[in-house]
Amino acid sequence: MGAIDVKLPAALASECGGARHLTVDLPPEATLADVLDRIDATHPRLARRLRDEAGQLRRYVNIYIGEDESRRLQGLGTPVAGHDIQILPSIAGG
Amino acid sequence: MAYLVLIGTRKGLFTATSDNRHDWVLKGPHSLDADGFTAVSEIYATAADPATSRLLVAAESPHFGPSVWSSDDLGATWTEPEAAPLAFPQDLPYRPLDFSDTAGVDQPGSGRSNTVKRVWQLAFSPARPGRVWAGVEPTSLWSSDDGGATFTFNRALWDHPHHETWGSGGGGPAVHTIIPDPHDGDKVTIAMSTGGIYQTSDDGRTWDGITKGITVDFGPDPEPESGQCIHKVARDAEGTLFTQNHGPVYRREKDGWANVSAGLPSEFGFALTAHPSRPGTAMVWPVVSGMYRFPPDHRLAAWRTDDSGDTWAPWGTGLPDGDYFTPVLRDASCTDGAADPAWYFGTRSGDVFAAVDSEGTWRPVAEHVPDVLCVRAIETT
Repeated sequence: MGAIDVKLPAALASECGGARHLTVDLPPEATLADVLDRIDATHPRLARRLRDEAGQLRRYVNIYIGEDESRRLQGLGTPVAGHDIQILPSIAGG
Repeated sequence: MAYLVLIGTRKGLFTATSDNRHDWVLKGPHSLDADGFTAVSEIYATAADPATSRLLVAAESPHFGPSVWSSDDLGATWTEPEAAPLAFPQDLPYRPLDFSDTAGVDQPGSGRSNTVKRVWQLAFSPARPGRVWAGVEPTSLWSSDDGGATFTFNRALWDHPHHETWGSGGGGPAVHTIIPDPHDGDKVTIAMSTGGIYQTSDDGRTWDGITKGITVDFGPDPEPESGQCIHKVARDAEGTLFTQNHGPVYRREKDGWANVSAGLPSEFGFALTAHPSRPGTAMVWPVVSGMYRFPPDHRLAAWRTDDSGDTWAPWGTGLPDGDYFTPVLRDASCTDGAADPAWYFGTRSGDVFAAVDSEGTWRPVAEHVPDVLCVRAIETT
């Protein structure tokens, strides 16, 4: 098991009691999907802000694994061991 | 008496309160969630239960998706369930959103799964306490028996043989109108665009299309049973249905529909509202045409009938008398259901007006808010 630090945007902080970080413990082979599944088990409302009911990332939710956005890696199947994770909503809108 | 108006806009929920329906206090945009992203979310559906004063608001955040909030203290505080109030069963085969959706391209990131994009309509059932119906994009109907906290997907409508002919109007493929029968909880009328008008008399277990007789001018079949561009449906005090279509306004008759647009300046429009207690009385807000979506003569006007559509006339004083260039969207009109009801409507310019039926004077409820998508009003004491 390893501790993965997940950094949250301010727009979702209340879902974690105001905290801007979550720590999840996962086995070394864990993927981003495993991280989100773990969040879903403990913080379901936060989880559904990030993924739809089909399990896909919402269009304007970006998740960085280390320094790379997950869509540029292996998406939800990207291994996360050794990396911090940061959730960043797109800055968009008029 | 006191009155509350819920104004759903392109950016957030606004509320207005009044003791006399002349002078209004406007508040908003409201943050339904603690972090405030709902203050800039799209509010396509609101509902107010006259029996309990419970309020419901459906917000769609472009970032964080759709959800439904409730309030039992007239909007002072809002509650959202932990679990998603609406979520498609994932063992359901994928249905394309419309004819152009051959690769799921209208649902970026969602591949070929059915997912709730937006809630377009929320309606309390007057005859069944606790029951709330939700009309959703993609075209689907849902019901709740816990006041709108959790919703169940209506499989019977999804499996209707017409489903393959339902598609996407300009705003998206959705059930946008739900009219629960005020006396029989098993009876509900719904409408979708594109699609048609459907009714159930067995609490949603079966659905019958009642669109036949409405004509279209945009397809090879002038009277298709489905694939129609229904914009809004309203039920008058005696149960007669009226519909504002992409084309004419119709009145439901024994075995079909009668075109009752002859007295209107144009056949096209979106919003339609019926008087809650006077049969045959309804209001529409005409738009020049499908290609020229401005009020006739660029003047804002509410057109009213008191004889079931046989004749129409502009109603009320007090509306802006200068040029006005935006329409009233399909869910942006209502009444408050009072014994002497007031009529309400909002425009894409962000203006909301109210007029007490017995007075006939439009007064501003809100000015310069974002595009008004939906309006609901309730008598609160």
